[in-house]
Amino acid sequence: MKDVKSIFDVIGPIMIGPSSSHTAGAARLGKIARYAAHRDIKKVTVYLHGSFAETAEGHGTKKAIAAGLLGMEPYDERLRNSLELIKKNNIEVEFIKKDLQVSHPNTAKIIIERKDGSKINLLGSSLGGGAVMVSNINGFDVEINGEYYTIITKHTDVKGTISDVTTLLAKENINIANMKVIRDRNKKQASMIIETDQVVEEEVINKIKAMQNMIDVVIIRPIKENEDV
Amino acid sequence: MYRKGLDLIRLSKEKGWPIWKIAVETEIIDNDTTEEEIFSKMQEVVKVMENSSKASVEKKNITLGGIIGGEANKLNQRLKEGETLCGDTINKAMIRAFSTSEYNASMGKICAAPTAGASGIIPAALLTVKEKYELDDITLERGLLTASAVGKIISTNATVAGAEGGCQAECGSAAAMASAAIVEMLGGTPEMSLNASAIALKNIMGLICDPVAGLVESPCSKRNSSGVVNAMTSAELALAGIESVIPFDEVVEAMKKVGDDMHSDFKETARGGIAGTPTGIKFKEKIKNI
Repeated sequence: MKDVKSIFDVIGPIMIGPSSSHTAGAARLGKIARYAAHRDIKKVTVYLHGSFAETAEGHGTKKAIAAGLLGMEPYDERLRNSLELIKKNNIEVEFIKKDLQVSHPNTAKIIIERKDGSKINLLGSSLGGGAVMVSNINGFDVEINGEYYTIITKHTDVKGTISDVTTLLAKENINIANMKVIRDRNKKQASMIIETDQVVEEEVINKIKAMQNMIDVVIIRPIKENEDV
Repeated sequence: MYRKGLDLIRLSKEKGWPIWKIAVETEIIDNDTTEEEIFSKMQEVVKVMENSSKASVEKKNITLGGIIGGEANKLNQRLKEGETLCGDTINKAMIRAFSTSEYNASMGKICAAPTAGASGIIPAALLTVKEKYELDDITLERGLLTASAVGKIISTNATVAGAEGGCQAECGSAAAMASAAIVEMLGGTPEMSLNASAIALKNIMGLICDPVAGLVESPCSKRNSSGVVNAMTSAELALAGIESVIPFDEVVEAMKKVGDDMHSDFKETARGGIAGTPTGIKFKEKIKNI
């Protein structure tokens, strides 16, 4: 039972078959991972769990994830040839079946190595009908469905950091749709997950990155946006 | 603006709107869009549906699992030879449903309606009715809007996912959505549309989702073919003034309860039903080794 916002969630999405969860959803997870890595991808390892592992071949799940990693939408006809395309783009990709000890059957763990050797580690599930939920990025518990611009910070847990960031966003005319703060007392680190209604430009991210106590900032663009692949 | 079938009936009485119009006005409010934008999106949907309904008629597409294929082509051959037990209309509808199902299973571009697994039913039903009655494009687009309103109600109050409610939720919902659309496209009232939907849902209440090897191939494609027939016969009954004994909203509620009580072996896990037969298991082993 769920609230359906648009009739195009019922008649739709337009997609490459055969499965909205194993194909369209898988492509969207790949695309969120692409954005989490800021489109800088050298090597990818994908762990497939549960039904994703069992029926990957018969559902084109690997092709779908590769297509998403290349920035394709679930309706992109090139999704069928994405495994060849990703090789042509000099991206190494490997798929491994693994029990990830999670409850959702359609789950993938995507580890991306960027050109500078840094890694992005993402855990996400396909919930059905093409809807997805990323539950962990680089060890941070998140809930990202790909609808909003999402800023994820990692910073030293000192007073004022949150207000610095929110003040900056307000100054840039960016409205916060949802926000969550998590902290790790042992490490004296904290994290903000901020979803915004407006586009967050690269320069705003750079300003956040430059803040005193900031350790890392990840920005994830909404996946429904079209992108030239 | 609407959550239940009764809301559609009430709104249609208050405003004098058909179901498609209620769908449009609600979409505008909920999604900050315009009527033009909605119809232009629906035209994209129609293009995809028209293509998928004929993509496997002249040629067989190779599906990922290789379990199904060639059904639309075979039926079309028989029809061309003038052999048909069920008549032109039913046959053409089944051919279209098989075509989309096969195209979907071979990674073709389809429109989930309401899901990819049941994506053959709505296009087959609506395109066949459009052809038979020589209806214009806008009537078809409005039909899709009518279908979407019914689908939204089922999704809100029950589910359209096989993994949650079995095949009754996928092919049943698609047939219910299509039958309401047919009724409205042919001049029936909103009450008649919902009677058709209720009848279609009742016809396959309890149907499990038991995909062989977990793939969207068997029995899915044949259930798309029987699903479109279900949609058409249910619409025919409603257009003749036959009512559903149980009102639509109560049928949806019942479908949800049946889905909730359904054993997980029968909800897309490929363990029960025909997926668990010796032949079904053989396919599973074979596909695992691809």
